Amino acid sequence: MSNVASEKMLEFKDVDVFYGPIQALRQVSMHINKGEIVSLIGSNGAGKSTLLMSIFGQPRASAGQIIYCGQEITKKSAHFVASNGIAQSPEGRRVFPDMTVEENLLMGTIPIGMAHADEDIQHMFNLFPRLKERRNQRSSTMSGGEQQMLAIARALMSRPRLLLLDEPSLGLAPIIVKQIFSILKDVSGTGMTIFLVEQNANHALKLSDRGYVMVNGQIRMTGTGQELLVNPEVRDAYLGGH
Amino acid sequence: MSSSINIKKSVIDTLLAGLLSLIVFGPVIGILLDGYDFTTRPSLLLTMVAIVMVGRFAISLFVQSEKGQMMLYKHQNNDDGVIVLPPGHKSKMVYIVPIAIIIGLVAPFVATKYILTVLILGLIYVLLGLGLNIVVGLAGLLDLGFVGFYAIGAYGLSLGYQYLGFGFWSMLPLAAIMAAVAGAILGFPVLRMHGDYLAIVTLGFGEIIRLILTNWTSFTGGPNGVYAPLPTLFGLEFERRAKQGGTPFHEFFNLPYDSGLKYVFIYLSLFMVVCAVLYIKHRLVKMPIGRAWEALREDEIACRSLGLNHVLIKLSAFMMGASTGGLAGVFFATYQGFVNPTSFTFFESALILAIVVLGGLGSTVGVVIAAFVLTVTPEMLREVADFRVLIFGLLMVVMMIWRPRGLVRITRTGFAVRKGVA
Repeated sequence: MSNVASEKMLEFKDVDVFYGPIQALRQVSMHINKGEIVSLIGSNGAGKSTLLMSIFGQPRASAGQIIYCGQEITKKSAHFVASNGIAQSPEGRRVFPDMTVEENLLMGTIPIGMAHADEDIQHMFNLFPRLKERRNQRSSTMSGGEQQMLAIARALMSRPRLLLLDEPSLGLAPIIVKQIFSILKDVSGTGMTIFLVEQNANHALKLSDRGYVMVNGQIRMTGTGQELLVNPEVRDAYLGGH
Repeated sequence: MSSSINIKKSVIDTLLAGLLSLIVFGPVIGILLDGYDFTTRPSLLLTMVAIVMVGRFAISLFVQSEKGQMMLYKHQNNDDGVIVLPPGHKSKMVYIVPIAIIIGLVAPFVATKYILTVLILGLIYVLLGLGLNIVVGLAGLLDLGFVGFYAIGAYGLSLGYQYLGFGFWSMLPLAAIMAAVAGAILGFPVLRMHGDYLAIVTLGFGEIIRLILTNWTSFTGGPNGVYAPLPTLFGLEFERRAKQGGTPFHEFFNLPYDSGLKYVFIYLSLFMVVCAVLYIKHRLVKMPIGRAWEALREDEIACRSLGLNHVLIKLSAFMMGASTGGLAGVFFATYQGFVNPTSFTFFESALILAIVVLGGLGSTVGVVIAAFVLTVTPEMLREVADFRVLIFGLLMVVMMIWRPRGLVRITRTGFAVRKGVA
């Protein structure tokens, strides 16, 4: 699917990550090409979120390299990463509960400043019309799906080239999950590169160009979304065997 | 919210209130005892009841009106959280500010010396409350050792004078900087901690400072305390007799010596500093750093995902809060003329925290009001001195039941895109 001559946007080279004495990631190597949607699937505690957070240096990789657009960012600060075109929508939505929708969106501009804020907010309201209806409402009063949309919109406010999403389907009704994934498809259509960490393998792989399967901190399998969807091992482990 | 006014309901309310007031006032006002005899006073009784009924009717009507409903909504005791006003909102209460400043400036010239000292104490606690409000109210870091920074400010003035010969005005900024540095030193190791753990560590910090002050007798004078100098006005002193080479204020202006004059001067300088701190805080909240503090309080992980440096944000909150506490300490020392460690016990920390919590976390106006309530009330309760702390405790319990979010419901103006900022 990725007809762009596989220009690597983000690459992990033999990355090790430790939490104190516990090794969470072992020699992880993977890459994300420009314009792709890549998903990382795996069960609870496999190290998916850790991999995502290690891009922001929280926790830092103790060995290996993380390379973004040809530049090594393994040791860079979170602020550097955020202001150079990588945005993240954290696990569990994590919107600012006592701030309104607009304020949450404005918080998203922190890495790049407010120069494009007005224009980008309008853009987000076109992408997520529900947010426009609730623009002056505090985000804690919104439903889970709306909060997830807000979290994604907030991440997009820093005009990223690479969007990291940590379990956008977490705790949401199936119909909302469908909506969110269709919006992600639209976002990807504008040329955005998306790295998706998911437990909902079915949805994630259907959307993705390529996928990686992580088990116990190691990449166990890789392939295109379709290949992984039909792979019997993946089907048994993540798709409930049917 | 129905805007139509239900007259029937108001009439019933009025009649009920009238009946109740008749029962209450009947024996109290209606019957005048005269020895073993009594006379009745129906006219006075009826007037009182009529006043009550008219008042009740008016209130009932007002509450049902649009404006009344708004007021009820603002003061009701639900857990709706913060009210966020639209970004361009201009408060109708703006005219209060110049009035408050004028009253504040005139007060020392009309108040008695006693009232003035109470006011100074009140303002010192306003400063402390504002400082802690940044740490607890805005950044959401529970600090139980705030008194440590207060002590550093107070001892900074005394010891700086004793060992380095610095006066009040040089020590005022220096003490603030010292307290900020202490805040940074405390801040670094405790940055990883949250909630209860942070509270315990900061509690320990406050106690460490107090114990050092008590036990390092050769440097701090231990429990005996140290002298603290008074502020000077361009080198003019407020003592009866100036130190070598100095001129006392009253001699310079050919005034009779008045011991209250120094309090007037302390009050005025303190008032200026409080106004400055209020203004700075007002601006800070609107700046990116203020937003970052609030964001950190609301969700630390979200902050990290935005690439915010949470270490820097926490440290800056600690340092800003601590330096304000240091300023308060300097004024406390000069106001007392003397400091010793007993002024800096855990009870003070608890009192400052109570000011912040009662005032409403993050609310500036609330903190100012609460600081005065909590410092002036004990003064007014001098007659029942034995029960002061008991009454204080009761007040707190009642407050927490009826207004768990503080005296003033937290309202904040939303932030918007700032024009001309890249």
